[in-house]
Amino acid sequence: MVAINSGNLAEKKTLSKRIRDSFSQVPLLAWFCGFLVAVLLERFVGDPLTELLGLPKIPALFGAVTVLKKPLLIPGTLAFLLVIYILPIIIVPRLCAPVLNRLAGWLFNVSPAVSVAIHLGLLYGILHLWADISGYRLLTLKLTLIAVIVTLSLNVINGYMGEFSCSHPGFLALGAYTASIFTLLFFVDDKVFGSALLPKFLGPFLFPVALILGGLVAAIGAIAIAVPSFRTRGDYLAIISLAFMFIIKSIIENLEFVRGPRGLSSQPNYVDLPTVFIWTVAAVWIINNFVRSTTGKALNAVRDDEMAADAMTVDTRRTKIVAFLFAAFWAGVAGGLFAHVLRYVNPSTFGIQKLAEVLAMVYFGGLNSVYGSIVGAVSLSLLGEALRPLEIFKWIIIPLLLILVMIYRPTGLIAFKEFNVMNLIRPKEKT
Amino acid sequence: MPLLQINNMSHDFGGLRAVNNYNLEIEPGQVRGLIGPNGAGKTTIFNLITGIYQPTEGDILLNGQSIVGLKPYQIAAGGLGRTFQNLRLWRHMTVLDHVKMAQYSKISYGLIGAFFGTPKRRKEEAEIEEKAYTLLELVGMANLADQLIVNLPYGDQRRVEMARALATEPRILFLDEPTAGMNPEELIKMMEIIRRVHSEFGLAIFLIEHRLKVVMELCEIIQTLVFGEVIAEGSAEEIQNDPKVIEAYLGKETIH
Ligand SMILES: Nc1ncnc2c1ncn2[C@@H]1O[C@H](COP(=O)(O)OP(=O)(O)O)[C@@H](O)[C@H]1O
Ligand SMILES: [Mg+2]
Repeated sequence: MVAINSGNLAEKKTLSKRIRDSFSQVPLLAWFCGFLVAVLLERFVGDPLTELLGLPKIPALFGAVTVLKKPLLIPGTLAFLLVIYILPIIIVPRLCAPVLNRLAGWLFNVSPAVSVAIHLGLLYGILHLWADISGYRLLTLKLTLIAVIVTLSLNVINGYMGEFSCSHPGFLALGAYTASIFTLLFFVDDKVFGSALLPKFLGPFLFPVALILGGLVAAIGAIAIAVPSFRTRGDYLAIISLAFMFIIKSIIENLEFVRGPRGLSSQPNYVDLPTVFIWTVAAVWIINNFVRSTTGKALNAVRDDEMAADAMTVDTRRTKIVAFLFAAFWAGVAGGLFAHVLRYVNPSTFGIQKLAEVLAMVYFGGLNSVYGSIVGAVSLSLLGEALRPLEIFKWIIIPLLLILVMIYRPTGLIAFKEFNVMNLIRPKEKT
Repeated sequence: MPLLQINNMSHDFGGLRAVNNYNLEIEPGQVRGLIGPNGAGKTTIFNLITGIYQPTEGDILLNGQSIVGLKPYQIAAGGLGRTFQNLRLWRHMTVLDHVKMAQYSKISYGLIGAFFGTPKRRKEEAEIEEKAYTLLELVGMANLADQLIVNLPYGDQRRVEMARALATEPRILFLDEPTAGMNPEELIKMMEIIRRVHSEFGLAIFLIEHRLKVVMELCEIIQTLVFGEVIAEGSAEEIQNDPKVIEAYLGKETIH
C-alpha cells in the first residue's frame, strides 16, 4: 500500500517536473509569439468560429460574461477558448522555442536595448490586436494598464516602504482634476472654462505636460501627509492619509469652479492605446529602476529595521519622504490618464471604494514586487469586469478570493521578487 | 587631540539614571573595552554616542567637534560605525545588499540616477558592489552573498553585521557584544576577524563584552561599568585585580 502510494507520488512529481522543465526552456519571445498567434487567430477565424459554435459574438473577456449570463453557452465558449487561446499558447511557444532561443540570444548579444524594444513592440502588437475586437475590450485594457501604474505606485509605499497609506484615491483625484483643467482650459471650448486659450492642434503634444503637472500637484499634496507623518517614528501615516483622502474628496465636491459633485466632462480624446501603453511602460521602468537601486532599497532597510538603517548612514526621513512623493507623482499621472480615458471625472470616483480596489490589487498581487503589482492589477481588473454580471455577488467573490490569498500567501501571490528585465529577455536554454 | 572625547555624559530614562558622569577618550587605532553586569548601561552608552538617544548632560566630541544633536545617520557617516547587541538585520534583504546599503552615504548618482539608471549609477553601483565583496571576503562570507540574511546561521549573521558596519568606513567601530550567543568555534572566528579588522584598517575599536576572556585578550584599556558608573579603568591585569571590580562583577561570574 505504502509502496504504491509513494510510487504514484514520485511519478506525479516527475511528470510535473518534466512539464515545468520543458516550459522553463521557452524564452519570453516564444511566449509572445504564442499570444500573437492567438490574437491573430481570433481576428481571422474568430467570427466564423463563433458562428459554428453557436455563440452570439466573440467572447469579450474570455467568455466569463457570456457564461455567467447564459450557462447554456458554456461548452461553446470553452471550445472557443481552447481553439483560439489555450492550444496556440501551449503549442506555439514550445514549437518555436529552439529557433526563438537562438534569435533571443542573438538579439541580446547585439544589444539588450534593441531586444527590449522588440519585446515591447511585440507586446504592444498583441495588446493592440486583442483590443481591436471591441470598444469594450479597448476600454478595459486602458483601465487595466492605468491600474498597473496605480498599484505599482502604492506598492512603493505599502510594500517596499512597509507603511500603510490610504491616500492614493486623493492623489488620483488631484492628478485627474489638474490634467483635466489643463486640457479643458487650453484646448477645449466648453461651458466651464470658456473657449480654448491655445490652438487645439497643440493639445496632443502638450498632453504629457498635463499629466506631469497632475503628478506634481499630487506630489505637492503628498507633502502635506509626509511631513507630519514621517517626523517621528510611529504609525500616523494610515490615519493622516485616510483623512487626506476624505479631505480632497470633499474639497472638490465643494469647489464650484470645477462643478462640484457634478464633475468635469468632455476632456479631449488624447489617450489612445499607444499613449497609455507608453506611460505604463515608463512608469514600470522608472519605478523598477528606483526600487532596484541602493537608494531605493534603502526603503526596505527602513522597513525592516529603521534604527539599523540610520546607523548605516541612511537618511531615513528623506528616504521616506522622497518615496512617498514619488509614489504620489505616479498616482497623479495615472489619475490624469484615467480622466482622459473616461473623458469624465467626478469626486465620488475617488472614495473608499477606489481605495479598497487599489489596496486589494497591491496585497493580492504581492508586496515589494513589480511582478506582483502587474499580476494583481491585471487579474483583479479583468476579474472585476468579468464578474460584472453577478452585480452584488462580485463584492462577495472578490473579497473571498482576497481572504484566501491572505491565508495561504500572506504577502500576496508574487511577493519579494525582483523584476529583472535582462533575465526576462534572455534566451532560456538548457544549462 | 583624542579622536573621540566624552565629557561628563549622563542620561536619564524618566527617573532612572542609566548613565552617570561618563568620561571617555579614544585615540586613533586604540582598542578599548567596556564590561559590566547586565543592565549596567553599556548599550545605552553606545546609543548615546551614535545619536539614538540625546544625553541629558555632557558633551561628545569627534575630532574636537561636538556631535550631540546630530542625526544618527550623520554621526554614522562621520565615522562612527556600529553593530547591535541583538543583531538588527534587514530580514528581506540579501547578504550583499546589507553591505551595499551601508555605503549609502557615498552614493552620488542622486535621484536622476536612481530613476533612469544612468551610466554614473551603473558605475557607482558596481564600485559599491566590489567593495561589498571585499568586505564579505574579509569576514569569510563572500560565497553566501546572494543568500537572504534570514537563511544564515546565527554566527554568520554576526559576521555579516560586522562587514556591514565596516562598509560605513568607520574610524571607530563600536561592537556591542559581538560574540554573544556564539559557540566556541564561532567565537574564535569572530575574535580573529576583530584582530584582522584592527590591523588591516587601523581602526579604533570600542568593544562591549560579556565574555571577559574576549575583552581581556583584545583590549588595551578596559572600563568597568556598574549601575551607570565607571568604577574602574585600566589594563586587563589592573581590572582583574581591582577589588571593586571583583566585588561588583567578577565575584558573581568566574573568569573563563
Ligand atoms: N529605552 C529605554 N527606556 C527605559 N529604560 C531603558 C531603555 N533602555 C535601557 N533602559 C534601562 O537602562 C538600563 C541600562 O540598560 P542597557 O544600557 O541596555 O544595559 P547593558 O547594555 O549594560 O546590559 C537598564 O536598567 C535598562 O532597563
Ligand atoms: Mg547591552
